[in-house]
Amino acid sequence: MKKLELVCPAGTPAALRAAVDAGADAVYMGFRDETNARNFPGLNFSREELAEGLDYAHARGAMVFLAVNTYARAGDDAAWRAAIRSASELKVDALILADVGLLDHARETCPGLRLHLSVQASASNAEAINFHARRFGVQRVVLPRVLTVADIARLNKEIDIETEVFAFGGMCPMAEGRCTLSSYVTGKSPNRNGVCSPASHVDYVDEGASLASRLGGFTINRFGAGEQAGYPTLCKGRFSAGSEAGYLFEEPTSLDTSAILPELMAAGVTALKIEGRQRSKAYVKQVVSEFRRAIDAAAEGNRVALDMKGLSEGQQNTTGAYAKKWM
Amino acid sequence: MDVTKPDLSLGALLFNWPAAEVRDFYFRIADEADVDVVYFGEAVCAKRRPFIAPYFEEIITRLQAGGKRVILSSLQLVMDRKDMAAVADMVAMADDFLVEANDMAACSLLGGRTFAIGPSVNVYNEATLRFFEKEGAVRVSLNAELPEASLRALAAAATAHLEVQVFGRIPLAISARCFHARAHRLAKSGCQYVCEQDRDGLTVDTLDGQPFLAINGLQTLSHRYLNLLGEMPKLQEIGIRGFRLSPHTADMVQVADLYRGRLDGRIGGQEANARLAALVPAAAFANGFFHDVAGLAEISA
Repeated sequence: MKKLELVCPAGTPAALRAAVDAGADAVYMGFRDETNARNFPGLNFSREELAEGLDYAHARGAMVFLAVNTYARAGDDAAWRAAIRSASELKVDALILADVGLLDHARETCPGLRLHLSVQASASNAEAINFHARRFGVQRVVLPRVLTVADIARLNKEIDIETEVFAFGGMCPMAEGRCTLSSYVTGKSPNRNGVCSPASHVDYVDEGASLASRLGGFTINRFGAGEQAGYPTLCKGRFSAGSEAGYLFEEPTSLDTSAILPELMAAGVTALKIEGRQRSKAYVKQVVSEFRRAIDAAAEGNRVALDMKGLSEGQQNTTGAYAKKWM
Repeated sequence: MDVTKPDLSLGALLFNWPAAEVRDFYFRIADEADVDVVYFGEAVCAKRRPFIAPYFEEIITRLQAGGKRVILSSLQLVMDRKDMAAVADMVAMADDFLVEANDMAACSLLGGRTFAIGPSVNVYNEATLRFFEKEGAVRVSLNAELPEASLRALAAAATAHLEVQVFGRIPLAISARCFHARAHRLAKSGCQYVCEQDRDGLTVDTLDGQPFLAINGLQTLSHRYLNLLGEMPKLQEIGIRGFRLSPHTADMVQVADLYRGRLDGRIGGQEANARLAALVPAAAFANGFFHDVAGLAEISA
């Protein structure tokens, strides 16, 4: 079996260098605008920074993938088209797209450019994936986080392109690219603006004995004195639905697949994706080093316990939809 | 299809009502509701399909006899063989009916014939619209989060009949996880179909007791009801031709009458809003997405 490819987040040029140095096979990033799904202040790359990042990565045998994975705005898609043109001119190793219109445009205007289908495209079945492969020449799909390992194994027998799966980091319980919860509450969405539960709409209210975290004025969670106050990502809050309040959609957990790498290899997965372009250089370095070790061990048929202390959201981990019990 | 003439449609019932109630609901729609188009089919959870399947033919026949154009809605999230079989069943009827694709799997299977596209397939810009029109899409129901400027640009470019939702809770998210089962501390595989208990969805409250969202099995909806009665003249002016009502336990025949009156210019915006509030007294309303602010906002049009 082929060794799993390790695809790592680069929110900044410093994180890119940290990931490459720690053993990433590929790094992914976006431009500093609405064309990518981590459009956060202080993150992302200019054209010049991407060019430098490409040189740095290529000199060390690593690949660079550019994410242009939001949906282009009607009547005003210049930024998205410019991003695709830059990807082609700068010769990134792959361009990650979600929008059908952009996929069609990229295929027409940059026939030599390798295309990956973003998780934001929500292609969760063989028919949808094969459609994107046939019509746009997509060569890899980043699978939505809605499939079990058994589903993925079956899927890989029914498609001819590579699959990349999320391996570690923040986890959406919703099908990505199909969620407008954030814009319902804040007016800003992953699909249109590249943000979810944006910091501009967050506030923390000291209530004396407790601390409330709010999004768009709605209380998303409340923490007692001994509790660590988490960021109010809408779907990771505490709510009640005719019963006791709790984490109705998802606990504030991190995805961690390090214990099931041999199963993912056996399911025919090509690449593992580490989430976290918004994370620090130190975080990237530690997660990438640990996964490098785990992947190398898995290639020898071994499992290793990883040192992920302090890295997981809410200090809890899950294998998410990869195990049926999550659903 | 005449893309220049506006029409009023009833979207697919999103909730899990007992099968006999579903049948009675559609029979009444067939006989009494002044709508041009009725979407029919399970879009949320494939596990619900076996219950309604025995009534399928009767419902469709009755709707057609009532002069309604029937469009078959397919599943939104297609993950496994059971889901794919549900989509394939709908596509198998594409020679006789327009089928609404709600996932790229259905777009793939329907490409090359005429078909409809539902709001869970992302058509956010002209290039995407053009691609699907070339594939055969003749009717495109747009995602509710699109603001006026996007609707305007899309309508200016469209050859297909563009539709927007104007009434009912807004579908906001779909998941592999069943939140109804989870709220009842059940596994999805042993869900006991608890979503049947909540005919308009189960209200999700914040820790402050503020109603916030509504869950419907795998789906999460707005708690507020979308109401674009005030915006309908503007929508028509910019070239939106389809006006979609999402079914609720409210009297949908009267809701349809009200929207028809508004579409025909017989009822003013203010009066229409007052009448809708009386028809759905428990509902709070929202129209923020159209105005490019938070979707839950209620802006005076």
